[in-house]
Amino acid sequence: MNIVEQIKEKFGDKIKVFERSSKRTYIDVPKEEAKDLARYIFKDLKARFSIATGTDTRPGIEILYHFALDKHNLFVTLRVLVKKPELTMETFSDIIPATNWIEREIHEMLGVNFLGHPNLTRLLLPDDWKEGEYPFRKKTFESEKEYLENK
Amino acid sequence: MAKETIIPIGPFHPLLEEPEFFKFYVEGEKVVDAEVRVGYNHRGIEKMAEGKTYDQDTFLVERICGICSTSHPFAFVQAVEDVSGIEVPERAKYIRTIIGELERIHSHFLWLGLAGHFIGYNTVFMWAWKYREPVLDIFEAISGNRNHYAMFKFGGVRRDIKDENIPGLLKAIDEVEKFANMLTKAVMDDPVIQARLKGIGILKKQDAIEMGVLGPVARASGVDIDVRRDHPYAAYDKVDLKVIVAGAGDVFDKAAVRLLESIESVKMIRECLKKMPAGSFDADVREVGVGEGIGLHEAPRGECFHYILSNGTNYPERHKIRAPSFMNVPSFKKTVIGESIADAALITAAVDPCYCCTERMAVVDRNSNKVVLTGPELVRLCQEKTEKLRK
Repeated sequence: MNIVEQIKEKFGDKIKVFERSSKRTYIDVPKEEAKDLARYIFKDLKARFSIATGTDTRPGIEILYHFALDKHNLFVTLRVLVKKPELTMETFSDIIPATNWIEREIHEMLGVNFLGHPNLTRLLLPDDWKEGEYPFRKKTFESEKEYLENK
Repeated sequence: MAKETIIPIGPFHPLLEEPEFFKFYVEGEKVVDAEVRVGYNHRGIEKMAEGKTYDQDTFLVERICGICSTSHPFAFVQAVEDVSGIEVPERAKYIRTIIGELERIHSHFLWLGLAGHFIGYNTVFMWAWKYREPVLDIFEAISGNRNHYAMFKFGGVRRDIKDENIPGLLKAIDEVEKFANMLTKAVMDDPVIQARLKGIGILKKQDAIEMGVLGPVARASGVDIDVRRDHPYAAYDKVDLKVIVAGAGDVFDKAAVRLLESIESVKMIRECLKKMPAGSFDADVREVGVGEGIGLHEAPRGECFHYILSNGTNYPERHKIRAPSFMNVPSFKKTVIGESIADAALITAAVDPCYCCTERMAVVDRNSNKVVLTGPELVRLCQEKTEKLRK
């Protein structure tokens, strides 16, 4: 049984699996289930945590956790939507120490608050950077007029 | 309790190409805790890439790193190809492999030279950098540039390697192999280097897996990963690729893995030059599809990762870049604690983090905030320890 089927069997209808190709699989997972799934993929399937990507979308910040399964030539990406305006997410750094830095980066760049992170301080931005200003957020405009004025 | 002292290393440091700031807490000579602060060189390239076209981004990402300048475009073009399902012509795949491997050789030599300087072996420094020159000459012959080769574009490569140039390149590669063999033997058989590097800065296998370290750092700790073999791309599945794995995880093994790897790289380049098929070297792609793509490349320092979210326009919606040092640098916390300050600089350098030029290291007493040791003195400490061993 291949890896993707194992994940499907374990988590069933809680997740939505998209197999883009034999090498890339994307999984939509609700915020509450994400940590269990990550633990399963990292600890039981012995995946390597590659990195996480934070993307600003209209409903919230989308966090993609990219896991590499080196023995199977496969990349599994968990897609978690962290809804605005609360923007809180459970930290993975207690089960996957490698997520420590990237969570700090997403925190300062996009403003996601990782609950339970041991050291959620600035990593890349200078210490005197304005609180509450997140450089990787997309600019949104209320109207066409506002957009043109800002352009 | 012994008096605890803070030793800041950085933000500017001669062994590393970009500024980073290490703070070592020491008791006597022993390091008891370490903190690291990065971001002195954050240029916001991920955000910048969203405002440029895919073609421009290929040049932009080449500027991320001055040493492994091909790693980022290599991973980036593959991410774009992954979005659109572009097939790359065979000849281009071989040319990409040659460029990637040449870069590995010069990057590993550069690191070896710097490490040699740090332990007071300036002969190693001069040799390694001297023998790195012919590699750069090969680059110049192929692409016209010694660095920032601009060879990559999605769908292929920008320049061909002409058939009439191949015999000359093969000869140059033979020379490089001679140097690589000599350098490897000289360094690995040297009893002083062995005594100096063995057993310091050990990263255990379990820690390496949990910290997600990559490349030579992981392989020195016995983690058998290599993107070239595990997620084959370019022509890596068509050449004889041997992955070098050591087990001890100390600085010596990190050096050994890099040296042996450069010999393997020479073999792969020769094979590629000989096997390279005739034909087109560019698929001439006009459009980028809609969707997500991941591109990977085993850079000299480990897996380089690019993620592209494409919305069908000429500009990426999101471009995530993860250089290998982002995963390798945090492993300091595991390797440096418990070691002496004379070794700290060397251990931080053993990871080969991407980090910068000027020298400004100082040892500061926590109580008086007075500078106790300056950068050159720290290097001297490290070199003196080697001298002692030599006697």
